[in-house]
Amino acid sequence: MSPKKLFARSLTMLALTATSLTAIAEEVNVYSFRQAFLIEPIMEKFTKETGVKVNILFAKKGLIERVKREGELSPADLVLTTDISRLVKLTSQDLTQTVNSDTLNKNIPTQYRDPDNQWFALTTRVRNIYSSADRVGPVDITYQDLAKPEFKGKICTRSGKHPYNVSLVASVIAHEGEENAKVWLEKVKENLARKPQGNDRAQVKAVKDGLCDYALGNNYYLGKMLENPKQVSWAEAVSINFPNQKTTGSHVNVSGVVLAKYAPNKDNAIKLMEFLSGDTAQQMYAEVNYEYPVKVGVQPSKLVASWGEFKADVLPLADIAKQHKAAVKLLDEVKFDL
Amino acid sequence: MSAFSVDESGSFQHLIDTVLLDYTLTTLGVIAGVLLLSFCFALPSAWFIACCDFPSRSLLQWCLMLPLAIPPYIVAIVYTDLLDFSGPIQRFLREFMHWQSVSDYYFPDIRTANGAIVILALTLYPYLYLLLRGAFLGQSGGLFQAARTLGLSPLQAFKRVSFPLSRSAMAVGLSLIAMETLGDFATVNYFAVNTLTTAVYDTWLELGSLTTAAKISSLMLLALVILISLENHSRRKQKIYQRSGATHTELRFQLFGWHRWAVLGFLWGLLFFAFLLPLCALLSYAVHYFSVSLNEELWQYTLNSFWLASIVASIALIIALFVNFYQRLSPGLFAKMCIRLSSLGYAVPGTVVAIGVLIPFTSLDLWFNRQLVEFGFSRVGLLFSGTLFILVVGYLVRFSAIAVGSIDSSLAQVSPSLDLASRSLGQTAGQTIRRVNLPLIKKGMLTAFILVFIEAMKELPTALLLRPFNFETLATYVYQFVSDEMIEYAALPALLIVLIGLVPFIVVNRLLEKAS
Repeated sequence: MSPKKLFARSLTMLALTATSLTAIAEEVNVYSFRQAFLIEPIMEKFTKETGVKVNILFAKKGLIERVKREGELSPADLVLTTDISRLVKLTSQDLTQTVNSDTLNKNIPTQYRDPDNQWFALTTRVRNIYSSADRVGPVDITYQDLAKPEFKGKICTRSGKHPYNVSLVASVIAHEGEENAKVWLEKVKENLARKPQGNDRAQVKAVKDGLCDYALGNNYYLGKMLENPKQVSWAEAVSINFPNQKTTGSHVNVSGVVLAKYAPNKDNAIKLMEFLSGDTAQQMYAEVNYEYPVKVGVQPSKLVASWGEFKADVLPLADIAKQHKAAVKLLDEVKFDL
Repeated sequence: MSAFSVDESGSFQHLIDTVLLDYTLTTLGVIAGVLLLSFCFALPSAWFIACCDFPSRSLLQWCLMLPLAIPPYIVAIVYTDLLDFSGPIQRFLREFMHWQSVSDYYFPDIRTANGAIVILALTLYPYLYLLLRGAFLGQSGGLFQAARTLGLSPLQAFKRVSFPLSRSAMAVGLSLIAMETLGDFATVNYFAVNTLTTAVYDTWLELGSLTTAAKISSLMLLALVILISLENHSRRKQKIYQRSGATHTELRFQLFGWHRWAVLGFLWGLLFFAFLLPLCALLSYAVHYFSVSLNEELWQYTLNSFWLASIVASIALIIALFVNFYQRLSPGLFAKMCIRLSSLGYAVPGTVVAIGVLIPFTSLDLWFNRQLVEFGFSRVGLLFSGTLFILVVGYLVRFSAIAVGSIDSSLAQVSPSLDLASRSLGQTAGQTIRRVNLPLIKKGMLTAFILVFIEAMKELPTALLLRPFNFETLATYVYQFVSDEMIEYAALPALLIVLIGLVPFIVVNRLLEKAS
C-alpha cells in the first residue's frame, strides 16, 4: 500500500475515534476491571430498557492510573471493579463523587456501601476452600486450619498477590494482628503443594488431577466451570466449603461501582448504577455469574442456593481494605510466591 | 484511607529487604537461559540455511521465521495444556505404563523458570536467526573459500571467518531477545516466575509507589545499556563491509548422508516445536469451538489489528531510517544517544510503557483544553490521550528498537566509501541516501517493517490500557478468554493473529522474488 493511502487511513481512524468520544449521544462510559463478556449481557439489557448506549473499556491493570491521569477530561463515567481495595483506592485518591440516590440507598444495604456514598457494592462473593470430592469430601474447615501440619503438601492457590488473596490476608491481619498473620502465612506457604500459579479455576483442576486436596477459590468459579464443557469434570471433582463457620465467618469480598469525579454523562451514569442495583441486574448477576446479589430479596441462583446458607465475616470491608498494603508487604516478607 | 496514601520512601527499602534479590537473580537467570538457548537454535539454523544446500532449504529459509508470529504466552498456554497432568502426553504415559497418580512417576513441570526459558527461546530465536542469516548471506563466500584453501576445516573456517564477521548482527539479535525477555510479563507470569517486572507491577499498582517502580525500571535498563555498550566497545575497531563478488549462493556446501539427515532433523524439529505443534493445537481448538468463537465482530477486530500494525510499522520504519541516517551523516555522542533512547522502550513491560506515555499526553491534553477555554473556545476532550494517537505512540515507544536495530545492522554493512564516491560525484547527502543507501538496505527495511508489524499484531498490555472505547484488537479480544483459562474460545482469534502476521512475510517474499 502506498504511504499516502496509509496516512489517509490513519487520519480517518483518528478522526473516527475522536468524534465517537465527543459526540453528545445518550451514552455512558464504563472503565471495567471486569471482563466485558461477563457484564455485557447486563449492559445489553440496560440499553434495551433505556436506550442509553454503554461503552466499555476493559483492562485488568492500570485503569485507576488512567482515570487519575486523565483528570477533568476523563471520559469515564463509572468504574466497575471487583475487590474492596480497588473501590477504596479510587475513593481515597479523590477520583469519585458522592451519589445521592434513594434507589441506591434502598437497594444496597448500608454495610455494602461507603458511609459517604462514594462507592457501592453490587455483588458479594465468598473466598471458599474447595476440597477433593473423592479424597476428602465436604469438610468443616477454617482459613487458620490451612496452617496446620497435617495439611502439608495438600494446598493449592493462585498467586498471593492477586487481589482476592491479598484481601483474604488483609482480613486475617484485621482479625488477628500482623504478627499472628505472618506466622499463619508462613505456615500456609510451607503447606503449599506447588508454587502459587494459575487462576482460581486452575486450582480446582489441580485438585482434580490429584496435585493437592484443598484449593482456595471464589464461589462463582464453580458455577462458571459447570457451564464449560471442558471444565465441568474439574468442577465435579471438588466439594465447596464455607470456611470459618464456627468462628468469624467466611471471608466475603465485593464487586462494585463508583461514579467518576468528572463523569461527563452523570445522569445516565446514575441511571446505570441504579439499574445495576435493581432487581433485573441483580438477578442476572446471580444467574449469569453465580455471585451473591446485594439487594435484599433477590435470590441467588438455584445452584448457588444449593450450597446452603452460610455465615459471612461481619468485619466491615473498609477495615479489611485498610490492611491492604500491610498484606502486600507481608506476602513479600514470607516470599509467598517464590 | 491512609492505606492508599502514596508511600514513596519505604517501598524500595521494603523490596530490598524482602524479594528484590530473588527477583533480580531470577531475571538474570531467565535472560541468560533464553539468550543461550536462542543462540543454540539460531546460530546453526542461520548457518545451515545460508551456507549449506539440502532439500527443502528454500522452504525452511522463511519458515524458520514463523514462530515470531505466535504470541509467546499463547505458546506457553498450549504447551502447558499438552504437558500438564491431565494433558494428552501424561495421560498417554499413565495408560501406557499403568501409573495411577502423581506420586507414581516424575514428569518435568513446565510452569517453572526453565519452562519459561524454553518457551521464550522457541518464540524469540527468529530475531537472531534472521539477523545472522542476513549476515552470513552478506559475507563474501570468497573469504570463506580462501580460508578453506588455506587449509582450514569447514568448522575452523566457520569459527575464524564467518563467526567473527557476524558479530554485529549477533549483538543486535541477542540484545533484541534480551530486551524482549526483560519486557515480557504475560509468559513469566503464566509460569509463576517472579522477575523484576513483577516488582515493577507490584510497587506501582499495589503499593502505589511510582518512584520505586521507576527506580526498578531504570535499574533494569541501565544494566542492559551497560551490557550493550560493552559489546559495542569490544568491537569498536572492527569494521566490516560487504563486497560484491561471489556469495555463498554459488558456493554452498552440498550435504550428504547422515549430515544431511542431522541438519534436516534439527531444522524441521525446531520448526515443529516452535511453530507447527502450537499451530496445530490452536487449529484443533478452533475447529472444535468454531461456532462459539465465530462472531461478526471478529472481522472488525482483525481489521483494527491489521491497520494499527501497518501504521505502527510504517512510522517505526521512518523513525529508524531517520535516526540511523542521522548517525551516519553526523556521527557523535548525540546521535548515539538518539539511537539508544529510541530503543529503550522495548525492554520495558507494556503496561509500564502505557502509563509512561499516558503521563505526558494527558498533561498535554489538560493544558491544551485549558488554553482553549481561556481563549473562549469549547473543550475538545482527550485529543491525544483518548484516541488512537496515544496507542500508536505507545506501540512506537515499545517497538522502534526493532526497526532501529534492523536498519542499523544492514546499514553497517554498506561501506562508507560508497557514500564518499557518490558525494564526490556531486550528489547531495539526500541524493546519496535515496540513490545509493536506500536501495542497498531494501532488505533490511522490509525486515524492519515485518518485525514491527508482527510485534504490533501480538502486543497486548499497551493495547489493553491505551485503547479508546469500543476498540478491540485481536490480542485484547483473545486476552479476555485466556485470562480465564479458556484458550479454546480464543483459538480462532489467536490463529488470526498468526495468519495476519504472516501476510507481510508472503508479500515481502514475493517482492524479493520479483526483484531477483
